[in-house]
Amino acid sequence: MRLRVRRVLPISGEVLVSHGEKVEARQVVARTFMPGDVTPVNIANQMSLSPSEVAAAMLKKVGDPVAKGDVLARSKGMFGFFKTEFAAPTSGTIESISDVTGQVMIRGAALPVQVLAYAGGTVVEVLPQEGVIVEADVAFAQGVFGVGGEAFGVLKVVCANPSEDLTPDRITADCKNAVIVGGARIHEAAVRRAVEVGVSAIIAGGIDDADLKAILGYDLGVAITGSEKIGLTLIITEGFGDIAMADRTFALLKKHAGADVSVNGATQIRAGVMRPEIVIPVADSANVGSVQEAHGGGFLEIGSQVRIIRDPYFGILGKVTALPHQPTVLGSGSSARVLEVACADGKTVTVPRANVEITGG
Amino acid sequence: MPLPAPENLNVILATDCGSTTTKAILIEKVDGHFRQTYRGEAPTTVEEPVADVTVGVTNAATEVGELAGRQLVDENGILIRPAQGNRGCDIYISTSSAGGGLQMLVTGVVREMTAASAKRAALGAGAIVMDVLASNDKRKPHEQIQRIRELRPDMMLMSGGTDGGTITHVVQTAELIAPARPQPRFGGQYRMPVIFAGNKEAAPHVQKVLGDVVELSVVENLRPVLERENLAPARDAIHDLFLEHVMAHAPGYDKLIAWADAPIMPTPGAVGDILQQIARQRGINVVGVDIGGATTDVFSVFAGEGGQSVFNRTVSANLGMSYSVSNVCSEAGFPNILRWVPIDMDERELRNRVKNKMIRPTTIPQTLESLIFEQAVSREALRLAYLQHCEFATTLKGVQQQRSVGDTFAQQGGGASVVDNMKLDLLVASGGVLSHAPRMEQTAAMLIDAFEPEGVTELAKDSIFMMPHLGVLAQVHPQAALEVFERDCLIYLGTCIAATGEGKEGRDCFRYRLEGGGLREEGELKYGDIRLFPLPGDARTKATITPARGVDVGAGPGKTLDREVRGGTVGIILDARGRPLKLPEDRQRCRETANRWQRELQLYPEL
Repeated sequence: MRLRVRRVLPISGEVLVSHGEKVEARQVVARTFMPGDVTPVNIANQMSLSPSEVAAAMLKKVGDPVAKGDVLARSKGMFGFFKTEFAAPTSGTIESISDVTGQVMIRGAALPVQVLAYAGGTVVEVLPQEGVIVEADVAFAQGVFGVGGEAFGVLKVVCANPSEDLTPDRITADCKNAVIVGGARIHEAAVRRAVEVGVSAIIAGGIDDADLKAILGYDLGVAITGSEKIGLTLIITEGFGDIAMADRTFALLKKHAGADVSVNGATQIRAGVMRPEIVIPVADSANVGSVQEAHGGGFLEIGSQVRIIRDPYFGILGKVTALPHQPTVLGSGSSARVLEVACADGKTVTVPRANVEITGG
Repeated sequence: MPLPAPENLNVILATDCGSTTTKAILIEKVDGHFRQTYRGEAPTTVEEPVADVTVGVTNAATEVGELAGRQLVDENGILIRPAQGNRGCDIYISTSSAGGGLQMLVTGVVREMTAASAKRAALGAGAIVMDVLASNDKRKPHEQIQRIRELRPDMMLMSGGTDGGTITHVVQTAELIAPARPQPRFGGQYRMPVIFAGNKEAAPHVQKVLGDVVELSVVENLRPVLERENLAPARDAIHDLFLEHVMAHAPGYDKLIAWADAPIMPTPGAVGDILQQIARQRGINVVGVDIGGATTDVFSVFAGEGGQSVFNRTVSANLGMSYSVSNVCSEAGFPNILRWVPIDMDERELRNRVKNKMIRPTTIPQTLESLIFEQAVSREALRLAYLQHCEFATTLKGVQQQRSVGDTFAQQGGGASVVDNMKLDLLVASGGVLSHAPRMEQTAAMLIDAFEPEGVTELAKDSIFMMPHLGVLAQVHPQAALEVFERDCLIYLGTCIAATGEGKEGRDCFRYRLEGGGLREEGELKYGDIRLFPLPGDARTKATITPARGVDVGAGPGKTLDREVRGGTVGIILDARGRPLKLPEDRQRCRETANRWQRELQLYPEL
């Protein structure tokens, strides 16, 4: 597929590439400087002055640079004696001096911010002072939940099949800087091992809630992630519990083993949902598979491939065989529109339409 | 266009533009009374590729029109007004919470005083309060600046200082805001709207510090003296700025504002208004709750000192049934959730299920077991949200109290909760898990277990979440709003009569006699018992409840209660489980107790 990614700065800055230019995934395409942190200093309180006396006591004026330890203000003292001084607690520039509160604001050095291209491709649009839009031919897979932000590395499949759990023994020294692909559940010990080895990211089918809690150090309350600092990026493709990665996703990742991929664990489940993703560069997008539609999208019809996403059949894959029009009373006592799914093991089950997601037409 | 006179008003179209769905209702005069007649909905269209909210509105209006056999939208996609025959409506009104509603940052000098008042003003106006900054909030100034920089609210409300009080602390706050250069959520096309509602003598100084950085509006002080709040001017300013700045920058809202015959209100603000209207009109104390996927709103209207009604609203930002379900479990703790579950469940399995619901929030419970667990979670979400509400809805703090010798042993400073469950007359439920419970008994039980009403309390649910529409209608036609509220909006579940006090299980609690409306029941309840007497529809019965010594059922400790109570789709629930409600800590005994209660209330007959 052809992927378009919008790469913009949080505030306006400088775009470093031009329209039509080829860019690498890890190339800086725009940069800026965020205004530095502000340190307020109440000179009036510190030097026992009234706020209106502060301006006269100041040795620096608005706009002046100061270094940590520089004398910022000096009182007149009495008859030229008993002068008190106040040293700057931090380096920066004087931003304001207040005669109402006696407060002085010191603005620290600007903080550099840069944006990478993320996907290797072509700059198709330059957003002046903001960033760029990059278009790339990729194979694309979506996870359902992740932690940690953008990461890069060579794709390395470490499980033989999608039903194998990702255990620590599968992570060897040559996984350093790689994006490794497991099969089913990721165990806590495997994540610990991966951090030790220096793995860039892990992709697998599921994870146990208790393991996630141990890895994060807290119980995750809402699914808004991306800024965690756990030493790597983690992406699960199916859900929580013992669950194998969908065959199609596993096959796609296996096919592209060795590719230098970009991944992002950031997840935001709110209006305007954001799921973690795996971006695999390819030379020709026409011939690659894509599981982009794995989480939502598409129309339910007889023959649609679906995954059941709620108990009692959580994780089961199958094909829609009937879409009854009338609502059906469920075991819970609620009435809802349902569908029938022929499962891979030959059984047919009836589930609410809200409890499936389409995985293919 | 001037509004038609109330007597010429026959057809009203109202919409509520939510984050995902735009809900439209039609209100028509039928036999001289206003009734809600049809409803329709369509996806909200504020995001690409449509990016015009009015498209969703016309789609929802078209659906209502088709159901009603009335053409509401013309060939050009414009609402037809006024109504003539089977075409058009007389007025069109709307609320909105699209784009996550109104998000605000508030500041004050003292957290418990002016900052608390500012928070009340913002919440009352329908906002989500992202943070409250105060001089004494234990954060260092640079941390406060950092926080202002990180947040991207829609607007800010500054308070601080009584009139003639501190100027320095107020200006200090302004000096923290200025270098932070706050950015509004919807981008850099406009400056951050900031309302200053603090010490009027500090206003010129604040103007000097902030004038070049933000769009400053100065209104009357929301706490002119410590003893009194004056929230209305700040709330009005919030509503005005919501329309002028926030909404005007949301896609299509300029058109929608022009279409509407009354100012568009934030959805929760409108719900608060209708609850206040109903409390005022019926002279009762009301609590309303709306439990959603991400948040839970609690509203209360209680008679305060001097008969003045006191309105409070809280938003529990991370207590909800889908997006926030995992947070409910982590805040309440699994043992607290499982205490409501009358069957055996595996905790590890449940934890994974909760997380799976969090990442796929639109799924619904298929099995009874799944429903029972979801309703157990909802009890804890509601309980925690109500707890937060009671802590917030207090009398004013910082007020000097005159005390006599008699008060020596009963000292109550400012800051006592105005919420009093014994004085609560009506508890109104809305939100998916409450509204869509397969059995009304389940809704009633969730309300009673979470809110623990005491004495006599009517229970009701909002039939189709119509309260926002009626709140904004009340602005232009209060009579029509109240008529529809009583006739079509509320579904009465019945009445709960509950005893206070903690008694040993099996000890005498109260004797009861129910007579009339088809009921003739008499008996005795021990502590730990609960009983349901079906009393359908509008039927009423005379209840005579004689409590044991020291037990209060609404008439005072040990005193007999004698009054008429209304039934509903569930009936009369006599609750002798005591307050606060306690379940055995031992899991086995707890399960047995929960099972006994669910059998009495006929919650899950299949179990």
